[in-house]
Amino acid sequence: MSKLLKVTSSPHIRHEDSTRGIMLDVIIALLPAAVYGCILFGLRAAIILALTITTAVASEAVWNIALKKPQTIGDLSAVLTGLLLGMNLSSQTPFWIAAIGSVVAIIVVKQMFGGLGFNFANPAMTARIVLLVSFAGQMSNYAKPIEWWSSGAVDALSSATPLACETTYTFRQLFFGMHSGAIGETSSFLLIIGGLYLMLRRVIKPIIPVAFIGTVAIATLIAGADLKLAIFGGGLMLGAIFMATDYVTTPTTNLGKLVFGIGCGLITFVIRQFGSLPEGVSYAILLMNILTPHINRLTLSKPFGAKEVAKS
Amino acid sequence: MKLPESILRPVKIIRGGMHLDHNKNTAECESIVMPAPKTVYIPLSQHIGAPANPVVKKGDTVFVGTLIGEAGGYVSAPVHSSVSGTVSDVKDLTIGNGTLQKYIIIDSDGEMNPDPELKPFAVENFSDLSEAAKLCGLVGLGGAGFPTHVKLSPSKDVKIDTLIINAAECEPYITSDYRECVEGLNDVIEGVYLIKEKLGIERVVIGVESNKPQAIELLMQVAADHRDSDDTVKIMKLPSKYPQGAEKVIIYSATGRKLPAGKLPSDVGCIVMNVTSVATLYRFITTGMPLVSKRITVDGTAVAEPKNLIVPIGTPIKEILDFVGVDMEIVDRILMGGPMMGNPVVSDQSVLEKRNNAILALRDAKPQPQTACIRCGRCADACPMSLYPAMVETALRTKNTESLNSLNINYCMECGCCSYVCPAKRTLTQVMRTAKAEIRRQK
Repeated sequence: MSKLLKVTSSPHIRHEDSTRGIMLDVIIALLPAAVYGCILFGLRAAIILALTITTAVASEAVWNIALKKPQTIGDLSAVLTGLLLGMNLSSQTPFWIAAIGSVVAIIVVKQMFGGLGFNFANPAMTARIVLLVSFAGQMSNYAKPIEWWSSGAVDALSSATPLACETTYTFRQLFFGMHSGAIGETSSFLLIIGGLYLMLRRVIKPIIPVAFIGTVAIATLIAGADLKLAIFGGGLMLGAIFMATDYVTTPTTNLGKLVFGIGCGLITFVIRQFGSLPEGVSYAILLMNILTPHINRLTLSKPFGAKEVAKS
Repeated sequence: MKLPESILRPVKIIRGGMHLDHNKNTAECESIVMPAPKTVYIPLSQHIGAPANPVVKKGDTVFVGTLIGEAGGYVSAPVHSSVSGTVSDVKDLTIGNGTLQKYIIIDSDGEMNPDPELKPFAVENFSDLSEAAKLCGLVGLGGAGFPTHVKLSPSKDVKIDTLIINAAECEPYITSDYRECVEGLNDVIEGVYLIKEKLGIERVVIGVESNKPQAIELLMQVAADHRDSDDTVKIMKLPSKYPQGAEKVIIYSATGRKLPAGKLPSDVGCIVMNVTSVATLYRFITTGMPLVSKRITVDGTAVAEPKNLIVPIGTPIKEILDFVGVDMEIVDRILMGGPMMGNPVVSDQSVLEKRNNAILALRDAKPQPQTACIRCGRCADACPMSLYPAMVETALRTKNTESLNSLNINYCMECGCCSYVCPAKRTLTQVMRTAKAEIRRQK
């Protein structure tokens, strides 16, 4: 009797990139801005990040155990969701609210829709919106940057984000992140470095961030508002580079990505300029997330040689 | 860098595709003629189309090149004995891909005597060329196994203006076509000029990937000797990007024409021939020896000393691997062909067929964990046909017939790029095959 061999479907070799590897790359890209946020806002910021990450991972683990599903926390997507949510919160957010955010992100937004790959909206961002709507008062309480260095206090004096106050900031203050805001959104510089890393590693394409930020810039210029404030003063960088490029909830086609980016930019601008809210990035991305399946369907390209058939 | 005049740049490069590790370990390994195996099992269906009908019976004496099976129809090809010896049986076996097939089993006398009746074939015109291909038993040696004489008999309505000789060899590991260019250089070039002359064609393009500079140089030099009379044969330096050697891709590179799904190369004015097919046809015309042996690359992660061999058709894989010194204990899978599109065999009793150009013996590879699709879109970016494999998977899972029919699955050539790039390790190429079967089932 000869040896029986394993039979598998071609191709028989695979690229080494994995889901876990991609998630790890995004986490690495976020780390500089996250660490900077902790330096800026102190221990409370670090606790919030640790809390959102552990709660997110624990939520996913418990969900999988309770529903007898294969454990998926190893793919690091829950870690990423927790980190992104934490970076989108103020360091003054009560801990219990931050923890609720992670539970909402993982259980309600991600797992209830089928888990990784099936959620229609970005979990971290949607959870942030849920918190914002539910706990409006506690959520818009921001700490002054580096206040804790001198006072040593864990609970710092409250301040407003550049978009919501009258104080004027210099370009350097805005670009390098010497202002109040969510833990991970202040330093545009570090977020751009992270974005470039992701583009270099071919994890994301530049289409959405460029279209998103570009649209906000052009609209702001036309409206005659403060450009540097619009680009670097709020959550635009974090949103455009890390939230609007989430694979699952954004279009896969290149044309679709362009449409998505421009749409996000326009909605952000409209909310900031005409709405009653100081910030609109999260809402813009959420609204465009909802349109993603339609954008995808409308921007599918023709297969190779199909046009030739149509002609003849 | 300016290319010499006789080297063309591709007219167009296809989108998608990918750069793979070439692993052309055997590029400089001169082909070794494998000694006659004790017994050969020659399948009567080594091509697309009807199986050949046996014309020998148990006890008949045959020589190398003796006709043992005649074409079973128009789209079919004859089969010849690859050894000299005695027919020991004609029977159905399941040693190939697991399906029942008719084999002619020949016990070799070890002499490898050629059939004394073989004689050169005179080619007067183009239809003689097609006849020669038929008598030679020639099928598409790039892997498709499509009978060559059918390809060389385009319908009268179409005008052929370009002959494309495919020497791209884009699959990793395989170097048999490259070795044909080096060792059978004369047969290749003479064959190309013969076909060109009989076809009365204006343009001939020999496509070679840029990772084979030596082949490009050799072909250029020999073609230059013929150039006194005309300058129509050009060497095209193709990017080393898989699947550059796929028929549609090389036609696009050579002419900028897109071959739609379900159409033949002749519909866009092209004939595409594999380089080894051309050399084999030329050898048949000059010596009368039909296609009875193949040059193959034996490589893979379980092969310590990869080699190029010239092996009689019908030789069991086990004997070939034993000859190369492969330890069967560590072999997990055996592929006929390259790692991207090669077919796995169920047992080492399978035999070498005409269309095979490599045998890869692979060790057990650590399986990579599969996750849900994260919709990164890499499969769509990699697809040379601009399809959306991830959407096909969703449509198939949700049994969305409407969506399935709108995703142009018939364009898929199963090159494997989508599965290769998928970070979630979805088996997308398999999904495409399942989807094709599903669509066929509905019709």
